Amino acid sequence: MAHTGRPNPYFKNLNAKLAATPMILTALVIFVGCSAWTVIYSFSASRSLPVNEFVGLAQYERLFRTSRWDKSVENIAIYGVVSLVFSLVVGFVLAAFMDQKIRFENTFRTIYLYPFALSFIVTGLVWQWILNPSFGLQQSVRDLGWEGFTFDLIAHRDTVLYALLIAGLWQGTGFVMALMLAGLRSVDEEIWKATRVDGIPKWKTYIFVVIPMMRGVFITTLVIIASGIVRLYDLVVALTRGGPGIASEVPAKYVYDFMFERGNVGQALAASTVMLTTVLIILIPWVYFEYGKKKHG
Amino acid sequence: MSIEPIGRRPRRVFNPTRIMIYCVLGVAAIYYLLPLYIMVMTSLKGMPEIRLGNIFSPPVEVTFEPWVKAWDTACTGLYCEGLKVGFWNSVKILIPSVVISIAIASVNGYALSFWRFRGAEVFFTILIFGSFIPYQVMLYPLVIITRELGIFGSITGIIMIHTIFGMPILTLLFRNYFASLPQELFKAARVDGAGFWGIFLKIMVPMSPPIFVVAIILQVTGIWNDFLFGVIFAGTKNFPMTVQLNNIVNSTQGVKEYNVNMAATILTGAVPLAIYFLSGKYFVRGIAAGAVKG
Amino acid sequence: MKSIEIKDLSLSFGDLKVLEQLNLDIFDGEFLVLLGASGCGKSTLLNCIAGLLDISEGQIFIKGNNVTWKEPKDRDIGMVFQSYALYPQMSVYGNLSFGLKNAGVPKAQIAERVARAAAILQIEPLLKRKPSELSGGQRQRVAIGRALVREVDVFLFDEPLSNLDAKLRAELRVEIKRLHQRLNNTMIYVTHDQIEALTLADRIAIMLGGSVQQLDTPHAIYNHPVNKYVAGFIGSPGMNFMKGALSGGDNPHFTIDGLNVDLSRYAFGEQGVQPTNSAWLGIRPEHVHVGKEADGLAFTHEVEVEVVEPMGADTLVWSQLANQEFRFRVGGQKTVTPGEKLIVGFDPISASVFDGHSELRL
Repeated sequence: MAHTGRPNPYFKNLNAKLAATPMILTALVIFVGCSAWTVIYSFSASRSLPVNEFVGLAQYERLFRTSRWDKSVENIAIYGVVSLVFSLVVGFVLAAFMDQKIRFENTFRTIYLYPFALSFIVTGLVWQWILNPSFGLQQSVRDLGWEGFTFDLIAHRDTVLYALLIAGLWQGTGFVMALMLAGLRSVDEEIWKATRVDGIPKWKTYIFVVIPMMRGVFITTLVIIASGIVRLYDLVVALTRGGPGIASEVPAKYVYDFMFERGNVGQALAASTVMLTTVLIILIPWVYFEYGKKKHG
Repeated sequence: MSIEPIGRRPRRVFNPTRIMIYCVLGVAAIYYLLPLYIMVMTSLKGMPEIRLGNIFSPPVEVTFEPWVKAWDTACTGLYCEGLKVGFWNSVKILIPSVVISIAIASVNGYALSFWRFRGAEVFFTILIFGSFIPYQVMLYPLVIITRELGIFGSITGIIMIHTIFGMPILTLLFRNYFASLPQELFKAARVDGAGFWGIFLKIMVPMSPPIFVVAIILQVTGIWNDFLFGVIFAGTKNFPMTVQLNNIVNSTQGVKEYNVNMAATILTGAVPLAIYFLSGKYFVRGIAAGAVKG
Repeated sequence: MKSIEIKDLSLSFGDLKVLEQLNLDIFDGEFLVLLGASGCGKSTLLNCIAGLLDISEGQIFIKGNNVTWKEPKDRDIGMVFQSYALYPQMSVYGNLSFGLKNAGVPKAQIAERVARAAAILQIEPLLKRKPSELSGGQRQRVAIGRALVREVDVFLFDEPLSNLDAKLRAELRVEIKRLHQRLNNTMIYVTHDQIEALTLADRIAIMLGGSVQQLDTPHAIYNHPVNKYVAGFIGSPGMNFMKGALSGGDNPHFTIDGLNVDLSRYAFGEQGVQPTNSAWLGIRPEHVHVGKEADGLAFTHEVEVEVVEPMGADTLVWSQLANQEFRFRVGGQKTVTPGEKLIVGFDPISASVFDGHSELRL
């Protein structure tokens, strides 16, 4: 059947399309376009400027032969696993405790969460001072009479990573706690009534009933922290500047240094492509779980 | 079975489990509070006292000298103009970035909730997944783009970058909020003859102050705390406060003045902290918004 | 004169067909109710008429104008929603005047029209209040007022009373009827509540799966449902359906498990009686007579009472007839006890017979 005056579908909703232009440009040009550019030029022989001479996997071969990169990857792997486990466990335990109808809940939450409002630069500099071996915590405890006390994580190659972890967890665990608490609060009150009637102890309810129910919250939290960890940069710059030596280097810093300070764009692009791949490895199973089942999110 | 409603109801306060809970929460609270305490104490001491004393002890003689110095004369390698330069740079970056990014994202979220057009969801999905891409992947092409546009190393450049990277979370925030408003309200407004902008400005925006507050909190803290984009895109003249703070504290020249450093650190953290303490539940809502439905 | 004409209207979302080749003519001043279970497409149809949904195929005419691709505001309609959809930040006056302001109506005229609508709906004292300060009934009055001030010929109601409690619903129902009698404009009213439909409508369109099953007066729909779905949907408690065989000839009979119902008084359709092994006999519980009242009816039988549900004005009795479930109503003053044996009967003239396969009325 012919329609008289059916509007042209391209001009329909024109205002909405105009309003969405920045989003469309950002999605296509920045997120897709720029990422694609980086991946493509990571196969080039670019030095201080990008060049169109493609050399296959040469940049990657060099990248994985560089001890600084290998150390960076090792660091971020250790940092990532420890910080994920700690922040999830500590965050959940704190949230579960907070959920026991305690007094001063708001005060506790305010205290746990305030570091999250601070930047990594501020966080790094505060902990740099506290962990300072000559004037910080170590010296203070020694002055109190415990002469043998050592707390100089920041000064040693093998322990500097723990310094990063202490600062990073201080900043971020409150956030995990807040997410977990929101998850716990979303558990149906009647579940708790049912388990009380059935006489199931609280800790068992948490492990066998509540945690499985909070699977979604856990997975989402995990993805958010994990993609944050991959980006870890500011904290390292402020706390250790990668030192001592290269002991606390991380991939994001490798990219920045090679891109803007050492004038080796090719290396930086290869390194950032590896970072992108890592994120995709985290992201794809999550997307599959989240959106695979229920078609439309 | 006999039930005996006699005797006092058991008192929860002296329950050992609860004591344990409060102990754990208390210890954790100390861990979180200690750095703030140390920061403040250190910033109020003179250097001699710092060299001799204990970082935990309160200052014997309170001095605001380090604060004045941090604000006014602290050195970042070459210049000795204090943090105030960075503070004002951050303000200059912050205000337009917050306004522009929220304006764009709110209209965007509104269009996505009420005026769906073919392909809109695809772009939105790309946007959301794009927010998980490490920034490092997009840095170099963005440098090229901003350079071509002639805005690399300028306030305009950094504003554009913040608008771009704030877009996913803000659009998500507004889209979810507008989607939670009744669809019939939108229909009623259309029957009443209001158009795209009329419905947005006269019906939706007046209904949404809470979500705008959440968005402002999210953006102010996020942009104020940014380091990476500032150092790359703002240009040396326009370095935001975080970059300048790092340059002051980690500068290798001269004698380390820990009290000035701590004062400078507190000053840099003061804006987001103030926002945090003033906004309470909105802050929690803001950070949860990103997580609830990623 | 036709107020609204819908020609071959179809709507699909992707592969999902919501409305299929739908035709509907609504006359000037008519009160038409679109009735159906949720998901039948009745609200979708109303949204298409309002222009809030773009249709896939077909045409819509309002007052003789083709409005198929017109904006809602240009269709000369007013609409009332289930959730009231009042603008929360505007006062009642602001809500009523918003559409007129958008249409560029002069201020003085806006004030006049709002005052008139407020007087009709008796909401004058509320004009300065915000919607949050109103009760549910008051909110729905304001929502009706918003349609009223537009001074249009067509009102669309999308389940306007569903959010109200039973008592208020009954009150507002009467008010809507009164409003229609007073304004005498065309009203299309979507509901899933058959009482609303039967009490308000000039004609009812019963919808299922995106198409109209029957479009007729409430009386015709109640007494002569065109198919088994309509028969079962209208009436509460629902019609009794008994499966059996239909024999033809001059003396048609319906046979249920050996029981014979004489259908010689039943008005068969145009195609006459077609004998079949599979047919349904439907009889409404209120058309079953009990005891002495059943004397002399074309069909009587003895049943045993199983369950008794007193409902105030009358009592619903559950029993078995030829091993099939059989419900009937008795007066509320009568005492009936489970196990009791009763003689029941009905006049086939009030029954409905449906084909066992097509489920169409015979």
